[in-house]
Amino acid sequence: MLLNIKNIDVAYDDYQVIWNVSLSVKEGEMVALLGPNGSGKSTVLNSISGLIKIKNGEIDFNNIPIHKFETYQRVGVGISHVLERRRVFPYLTVLQNLLLGAYHEKAKAEREKSLQDIYNFFPKLKERSSQIANTMSGGEQQMLAIGRGLMGMPKLLMVDEPFLGLAPLVIEDLKLIFKKIAERGIAILFVEQNVRLALSMANRGYILESGRLVIDGASKDLVDSKEVKRVFLGS
Amino acid sequence: MTSQVIIQAIISGILMGLIYALIAAGLSLIFGLMEIVNFAHGDHLMISMFSTFWFWMLFGIDPIFSIPLTIILMAFLGVFTHYFIIRKILNSTMLIQICATFGLAVTIRALAQFFFTPDFRTIKNPIIQGKLEIYGIFIGYPQLFASFICLFAFILLYLFVTKTETGTALQATSQDRQAAEILGIPSNKMFALGWAIGLSCVAVAGSMLSNYYYVFPDVGVNFSLFAFVAVALGGFGSINGSLIAGVIIGIVESVGGLLIDPSYKLLYVFAVYLLVVILRPQGIFGRY
Repeated sequence: MLLNIKNIDVAYDDYQVIWNVSLSVKEGEMVALLGPNGSGKSTVLNSISGLIKIKNGEIDFNNIPIHKFETYQRVGVGISHVLERRRVFPYLTVLQNLLLGAYHEKAKAEREKSLQDIYNFFPKLKERSSQIANTMSGGEQQMLAIGRGLMGMPKLLMVDEPFLGLAPLVIEDLKLIFKKIAERGIAILFVEQNVRLALSMANRGYILESGRLVIDGASKDLVDSKEVKRVFLGS
Repeated sequence: MTSQVIIQAIISGILMGLIYALIAAGLSLIFGLMEIVNFAHGDHLMISMFSTFWFWMLFGIDPIFSIPLTIILMAFLGVFTHYFIIRKILNSTMLIQICATFGLAVTIRALAQFFFTPDFRTIKNPIIQGKLEIYGIFIGYPQLFASFICLFAFILLYLFVTKTETGTALQATSQDRQAAEILGIPSNKMFALGWAIGLSCVAVAGSMLSNYYYVFPDVGVNFSLFAFVAVALGGFGSINGSLIAGVIIGIVESVGGLLIDPSYKLLYVFAVYLLVVILRPQGIFGRY
């Protein structure tokens, strides 16, 4: 098991938002984390990358307990997190953004090779390498954010709402890119609100409701599940 | 009034402005990085000047040779300030942050008065003295030298921030702390570095000023006011902006003093500040 989350509780000060959630991701697997607005999906990703500390439970990555690590140490074990709304460094160039993706020691050693790799993956980023990031379109910024995440040579790529605010054609492009990333053996854990879209890509899915896990399983089983319909549509 | 006098005022203004610019750059860097205004910036300048003075007084080291020593001292003081004060108030409300750095300012000044007394001191017979005369325009060598060193330090700072990897990481932290942190950039270390660099800027400016300026516990007050105006004029967080703004303020101060009355020189600078607030609140190069 690559990522193994055991019974975590997460709270913002005294307000608990995640209750006893367990979740796992295998090597090279694509897993969707689904749920309505405010169900705690992003919080789960944030607690894996360390932006928020868990109160109880355990997070293991490659059998190393990482929940006590500082945020900046977690990328070194092989976790890249692409934050919601892309969060590229707005006033740096595309190239500077990408190079910062390989800031930690292990990734820095392979930086030039990774960069060529990313450029092959996203030819547009190569064309625009000296452009300032915030002058690019939403789709391009998403590619940059994912490229920056891949520069860290992750074993697990976590992407928060990758399709938010993107045009349908761009979504198709991104889906293809996700598939290519998975083919390289990089596991992907992503958060999404569009259940059908997410399950069409992922091997497995987890569904959160108000901070609790209600159902999980293979994508094909979830698509027609009554429980899933209840969570998203009510009744 | 001849054109010579005006040119003289403009040149003096530019020379002083380059010093304001470096002081403002340090202030701007710290603000851009963690959105904390260092109200003790002028008092850090005062410490740098006293440091230079004591190196000369006690060990006979001339200001031009004690610059590296003062830089090291102030860089350590910056790191210390971050770890023992700023780190604890990073996520507090703005009022607490203001009180912390303002309190630091009052403490530093009071300690300086207690230990050094409020006397005015000068460094006698520094290596660099005398003045240059070109076509009836006089430029003091200490002023000229101070401005060149400050400009040089400014260029080094600019190159560091824009061209080096650590500098880019510093910019990244200032643009999005969380996004930088998840890429493996420890923001706490970046903040400490920011303080070290910010106070190194005043270390250079302070060393050079003490070559020809009085050294006393309240000396930082006016300089920090001018630095605040320069940061606001140049744009909060913009290092390039503080260079242009520093020079503008230097010229306004000096030419205003010549054309109207030198005793109102603060007034001209604050009039410029008022204009900025009304016409372009984000400053020349500002993002905020």
